[in-house]
Amino acid sequence: MKELTVISGKGGTGKTSVTGSFAVLAEKHVLVDCDVDAANLHLILSPQVLHRESFPGMPRVEIVTEKCTDCGLCQELCRYDAIVDGIVDEISCEGCLVCYHACPEKAIRLVDNIAGEWYISKTQYGPMVHARLGIAQENSGKLVAEVRRRATALAQEQDKDLIITDGPPGIGCPVISALGGSNLALVVVEPTLSSIHDLVRVLNLTEHFKIQTAVCINKWDINPENTIEIEEICQNRKVTLAGRLRYDPAVVVAAMEGKPVVRLPSTIAGDIESLWDCVRQELGV
Amino acid sequence: MIIAVASGKGGTGKTTVATGLMLALRDSGHQVAYLDCDVEEPNGHIFLEPQCNESEDIYIEVPEIERDKCTLCGKCAELCAFNALLVTSADVIIFHELCHGCGGCRYFCPVQAVRPGQKKIGIIDRGTAGQAVFVRGELEVGTVLSPPLVNAVKKNQISRGVNVLDAPPGTSCPAVATVRGADFCILVTEPTPFGLHDLSLAAQMASSLGVPCGVVVNKAGDSRGLIENFCLQEGLPLLMKIPLSRTIAEAGSRGVPLNRAEAGWDQMLLNLYSDIEGLIMSERAYGNQR
Repeated sequence: MKELTVISGKGGTGKTSVTGSFAVLAEKHVLVDCDVDAANLHLILSPQVLHRESFPGMPRVEIVTEKCTDCGLCQELCRYDAIVDGIVDEISCEGCLVCYHACPEKAIRLVDNIAGEWYISKTQYGPMVHARLGIAQENSGKLVAEVRRRATALAQEQDKDLIITDGPPGIGCPVISALGGSNLALVVVEPTLSSIHDLVRVLNLTEHFKIQTAVCINKWDINPENTIEIEEICQNRKVTLAGRLRYDPAVVVAAMEGKPVVRLPSTIAGDIESLWDCVRQELGV
Repeated sequence: MIIAVASGKGGTGKTTVATGLMLALRDSGHQVAYLDCDVEEPNGHIFLEPQCNESEDIYIEVPEIERDKCTLCGKCAELCAFNALLVTSADVIIFHELCHGCGGCRYFCPVQAVRPGQKKIGIIDRGTAGQAVFVRGELEVGTVLSPPLVNAVKKNQISRGVNVLDAPPGTSCPAVATVRGADFCILVTEPTPFGLHDLSLAAQMASSLGVPCGVVVNKAGDSRGLIENFCLQEGLPLLMKIPLSRTIAEAGSRGVPLNRAEAGWDQMLLNLYSDIEGLIMSERAYGNQR
């Protein structure tokens, strides 16, 4: 089984539009949305949820006022300034439980915390595993790991050859979690200075974790000079340039209609098809 | 004053709005600081071309074990909520990337065998962009934990004047770390179902932090009132629209700020600022009544 993860560094470069189209073009695959705090893939694949499960986060703590003697030890020990005047600020709390273990009066109790929810769904283009992290919850990396575990199990169960993952932006915790064990990272980049800057950081990340990487340039014709710069970066870093996608208003039309863009008559559809051919070869599927 | 610029969805134009606002304020004589809190992928410097003259390494505390004192009792591993320590029959193994620096292992070690060590998580660059203060954090590649670096960036806020915080995308830890404590949060979105979906999440985040917010629509065009209807429904002020324009997009791709891409934006951004000032004042008056 092979795993493809679509990432970008900078957000909004077109990861989800590309992944949604791959969903149409690929065969025998499972789809995964690993952008758990701002998931969008469901908006174009219209999944029908078959199974949902809550995702427990780090337990929260609560101070039992009747037992508390106001000694102040918990406040003093908390590295996150999450306890002020005997009240725990849920959002600052990291769930380290130092206060819970240290309290001499055992006046701190644990409260279960639901950090999010994950789903196994059916789409027109194959099964999909996705999730939703609660607002202002930590642990997106762990939820990403959970989603990927479920996707692998589902792929094995249903005898699928490929897992296609829509990754989160950035280079931090959720991205690292989405990339671990991937056979190929496809970086979607735009020919803007911001996106090029972020591409370099993402390439450093995939190199650091020794993950085979390919690049696709979205809206390449918006700035052909910057496109050439990106191609030079790829050449110098020995990263495959998997394709160029032209600027096409059909992408926004497709998003408005909630459809993968390759399902619409558009000039970009051909570009995405050649991109997919190249990605398939890189993956060996 | 602290104004955070956030979005939920990435690539909607946070940095365009944040750098534009900062430049408009600076050029009209305000004291202003721009702080790039998108430490995973900071981009503000591309538009602001700052002179940075100071750089600081940022560390978090991680445990170090004094082997001669350690009895391998396993207490530290048992108490670590993040599974960052593993005690075997011969050694203590520390997984630095899992450590949140809570200090629990050190506090609870019965034989004081844990001493504080340091792990670098990134750097902070400080400098100026003309008369304005410029600060940015840059996360070390391969590092998981970004909120402590965001907080370190925020320590550089100026006490008098306007702080513009450029937030990372998303609605989890690093975005929360940026927006919390701000006087106002500008939510930048684009008029697509993706933009709307993530705007709704970002608005919930700001409200859970008690930070008042308003919406700026970027790449605005004919979108059947998608964002307008949402704002009406949620009672969110729609503060400004930046049209879908090839001129602005091309300028942005070259790192040219909005204010320099087309005439008129300095005034629009100053109007945005005075609208925000008004909203903060009415929020405070309303808050006092409550």
